[in-house]
Amino acid sequence: MNVQRLSLWQAFVFLLRRDLLLALRNRAEYAMPLLFFVVVITLFPLALGALPELLARIAPGIVWVAALLAAMLSLESIFRSDFDDGSLEQILLSAHPVAVLVLAKVCAHWLVTGLPLLLVAPLLAEMLGMPSAAQPMLLLTILLGTPILSLIGAIGVALTVGLRKGGIILSLLVLPLYVPVLIFAASAIENAAMGLDVTPQIYMLLAFLFLSISLSPWATAAALRMSAG
Amino acid sequence: MSANTLLETRNLTCIRNDRRLFGGLELVLEAGQMLVVEGPNGCGKTSLLRILTGLRLADEGEVRWRGETIEKLAGDYYEEIAYVGHHDGVKRELSCLENLRLARAMGIPSALELDDVLEQVNLYVYGETEAGSLSAGQRRRLALARLLATRSILWILDEPFTSLDKASMAMFTGLFVAHIEAGGMIVMTSHHDIPLDHERIRRLDLGAKA
Repeated sequence: MNVQRLSLWQAFVFLLRRDLLLALRNRAEYAMPLLFFVVVITLFPLALGALPELLARIAPGIVWVAALLAAMLSLESIFRSDFDDGSLEQILLSAHPVAVLVLAKVCAHWLVTGLPLLLVAPLLAEMLGMPSAAQPMLLLTILLGTPILSLIGAIGVALTVGLRKGGIILSLLVLPLYVPVLIFAASAIENAAMGLDVTPQIYMLLAFLFLSISLSPWATAAALRMSAG
Repeated sequence: MSANTLLETRNLTCIRNDRRLFGGLELVLEAGQMLVVEGPNGCGKTSLLRILTGLRLADEGEVRWRGETIEKLAGDYYEEIAYVGHHDGVKRELSCLENLRLARAMGIPSALELDDVLEQVNLYVYGETEAGSLSAGQRRRLALARLLATRSILWILDEPFTSLDKASMAMFTGLFVAHIEAGGMIVMTSHHDIPLDHERIRRLDLGAKA
């Protein structure tokens, strides 16, 4: 018989698994952002016509803008249903530090929405005719960049989840904060395509990543308390 | 303040939409006592309960648990309380057992087996059923089952009897009495007449205080 409080790590894993299980049971909802990502990118070659050089040139930008919009689309799902059914109150009243539980939810969100982008990106890069030298860099920037999108987005969702029409404010709030990620990621891919050094960009992305991992859970937890009150 | 006092509020004030719902509220609750908060709609019952949980900040005053403010205690306070609010806090996509396991993971598990908990609230046969397919009353019973699945002293209950039938109401009333007789504490609101006349039950009429 277990009458002990779970360790912090166990609670983290428990909540992460719960969110993954919920995502599995709501597959259709979570497939949407991925589908959106693929469809938007597929539309570009159709719209631009038979200009392979142009397409290859703007491919990094296309993929990253699509990734940003796909992330925006899925952000609300981090806290929306928990807020609506009262589970969020229970999380806030948990004996464990809320920031750690928030981080578990954001990790789950990234595994469900960010990781799939990474998996389909090679295919889309090939389709856009991206130079093969740039393709590993595309994957690296997605690997480093999408967790930042989830972490920053979580703060925005936490602030707006209590509002009736929070969606528009959310995009106004979060998209500007995504701009640095967009700039450095796209520029890293571009440099890689031209055979230039990419360390500065990668270091910047790493810096953003660690900064958001260490700060975003606390900010999100504080924002959730405000929204719940 | 007696040695048994666990929960107390000092000069608690709540303002909502520029209207003062209550002010200067001084509450003292000892182990083994139950407080029933009464009053008409909109008099601040839910706000008071949410202030007691720390979900809502008081506009003035403070809530103390074992002599410390709850902001300072944070997790140490939350491991001793359980809250069932207007929303059930039940995940519709998860089964009853999964929901209770989650509640246990977030707090401190009680010594009861989960099957026994479900048995007590008459949901035993629904253990593997998704909570979304339960009736409103059954979901309410599942929400209240969290009280038994975790080990907490203070239960804060906002209209616990909503959508419950008479038999369930009687069953939970029995559980509440057992909880305070075992030294637990309850703060609850209810529009239903609680068929209870126990020396340890105190009543607070918020409507009269305004």
